[in-house]
Amino acid sequence: MNFKLILNIALHLLRARLKQTIVAAVGVTFGIAMFITLVSFMNGMNDLLDGLMLNRTPHVRLYNEIKPSENQPISYAKKYKDNTNFISSVKPKDRGKAIYNCKSIIYALKQDKRIIDVAPKVTTPVFFNSGTIELSGVINGIDVLAEEKLFKISDYIIDGKVPDLLQNNSIIIGKGLANKMLLQKGDIIKVTTSKGNLSSLKVVGISQIGIADIDDAMSYTSLVTAQKLLGEPTNYITDIQVKTYDITTAPALAKEFKEKFDLDTIDYQTTNSQFETGSSIRSIISYAVGIVLLIVAGFGIYNILNMMIFEKMDSIAILKATGFSGNDVKWIFISLSLVIGLAGGLFGLLFGYILSSIVDIIPFNTAALPTIKTYPINYNPMFYIIGITFALITTFIAGLFPALKASKIDPVEIIRGK
Amino acid sequence: MSNKVLETKGLSKYFYDPVKFEVLKSINMTINHGEFVSIVGKSGCGKSTLLYLLSTMDTDYEGQLFIHEELITGKLDKELAQIRNEKIGFVFQFHYLLSEYNVLKNVMLPGMKLNKLSEEEIEHNAMEHLRTLDMVDQALKMPNQLSGGQKQRVAIARALINNPLIIMGDEPTGNLDKKNSDLVFDIFNKLTIEKQQTLLIVTHDTDFAKRTNRTITMEDGKIIS
Repeated sequence: MNFKLILNIALHLLRARLKQTIVAAVGVTFGIAMFITLVSFMNGMNDLLDGLMLNRTPHVRLYNEIKPSENQPISYAKKYKDNTNFISSVKPKDRGKAIYNCKSIIYALKQDKRIIDVAPKVTTPVFFNSGTIELSGVINGIDVLAEEKLFKISDYIIDGKVPDLLQNNSIIIGKGLANKMLLQKGDIIKVTTSKGNLSSLKVVGISQIGIADIDDAMSYTSLVTAQKLLGEPTNYITDIQVKTYDITTAPALAKEFKEKFDLDTIDYQTTNSQFETGSSIRSIISYAVGIVLLIVAGFGIYNILNMMIFEKMDSIAILKATGFSGNDVKWIFISLSLVIGLAGGLFGLLFGYILSSIVDIIPFNTAALPTIKTYPINYNPMFYIIGITFALITTFIAGLFPALKASKIDPVEIIRGK
Repeated sequence: MSNKVLETKGLSKYFYDPVKFEVLKSINMTINHGEFVSIVGKSGCGKSTLLYLLSTMDTDYEGQLFIHEELITGKLDKELAQIRNEKIGFVFQFHYLLSEYNVLKNVMLPGMKLNKLSEEEIEHNAMEHLRTLDMVDQALKMPNQLSGGQKQRVAIARALINNPLIIMGDEPTGNLDKKNSDLVFDIFNKLTIEKQQTLLIVTHDTDFAKRTNRTITMEDGKIIS
């Protein structure tokens, strides 16, 4: 088959009906542009929201959960082994919140090739004293550098700097807490632990995560400060946070560590399952809208090609009489459709890019996300590849049926009908 | 190679709508190289139907059709298209020029489809054919700028472009006035004499038919002389 000639004929047919061709191509352009914009925007949003959780949440967290012993003393008694035992009023066992032998666990985890890094943490409930009023809150004693590396906490610090936490007895408090207690950077805050220890800490920063419940109660200090506050030694760690290279391995790793270190573990997927659902639903919606738009454009192309074939019966008849086979005629109309799809699709990509760039500079200020100033857009080239592929597939299918019809036209009927 | 360009053996054709009706009744005919043959007959005698069977465009018949001693009956659509492209030139009552292309491109199109010569050679041949038909001046015009007689001459040039074995015409002068009809006849006649071009023309114009080498007369689906 002589594709150059076929394409040439297709282009001449198109040029003869330029207006309709443009209308058909604009349909595709519109569909693709909207698809690109929507998908870029939705994915930008997804990334933002995922990042919100993902950046702050460890992929695997190792800790000691307060829970009753699984094996109560009676189950060790051989005498009652075959009996069914009912125990009422079981109380949780105090194993202490501290992770036993944490130094060697951290060392072992740091050697693991699958893990980016490990950040130990001390979490403890405290009271913040403001005059006679006591506000309950939580202090996170963090390994400042590791925490910053893994969880980018500086993104949520609206006043002050994270490295200032390295100073002795310094604290970064949540914005809600600061507002309630009228505290600013540089002020001193009094803290009482649950065991009754009282100490004064200097506020070196204010953080805002955007979730009021957290901002009203959360504060950060360094590991050492937290340990001192609690009167515990430097090996007192309540949580080990792990970030992996491949987040999908988190559930498997969580299970592995649980057995290996005899600790409780929880993985990212379990903690944030609702976020995953939200993300995938947003993606599905944007793809569905894009595909619907393209199908509409496809019907437009189908109509225009059908009309064109009706008008060009004579031309088709003579092409067949002079030696073009049904297959050649079919390819003339398919390539016609593909040209519309390709031209419309490429313009669609361009307009999609322009539209998403415009969305990208629209101001978007929200208390929840202090570092975000405009609407988020994800410029993943994959979307553009998917877009143009969609455009070509829909136009191919839209062109296929009229083309098959054209290929079946009987030239004798047309010529004798004259 | 034998002298027979076209041969039919027991060619029959039926129409089924509204009732089964035998249009062509076991036609046996031969056309030799260099002949200028016309088929005449009354309206409905089956002469056009016969031509379209011979043209390979209509494949719904019984019997056998040979072009250049080669059995054509039963070939695939693609092979038939190739045969039409290479061996048969068509001139119809209506010109069927593609309005999107200029005269020269219209003439070149079957040559481009055959794809045996380079574009320059095809263009050269097309210009030669247009020259013999006295249409060189119009080569770059669009078909809608030409008169009926001129369009028909372009159609003849298009039929000639691949140096076909045979040119088939279905009432090629049917739409033309006397002057243009004579012109077309002279062109055909010249082709036969100068280039030994085989021609098979269906017509109801008896003047036209009389002047050809051989006239086949048909009646009720049969050749009577």
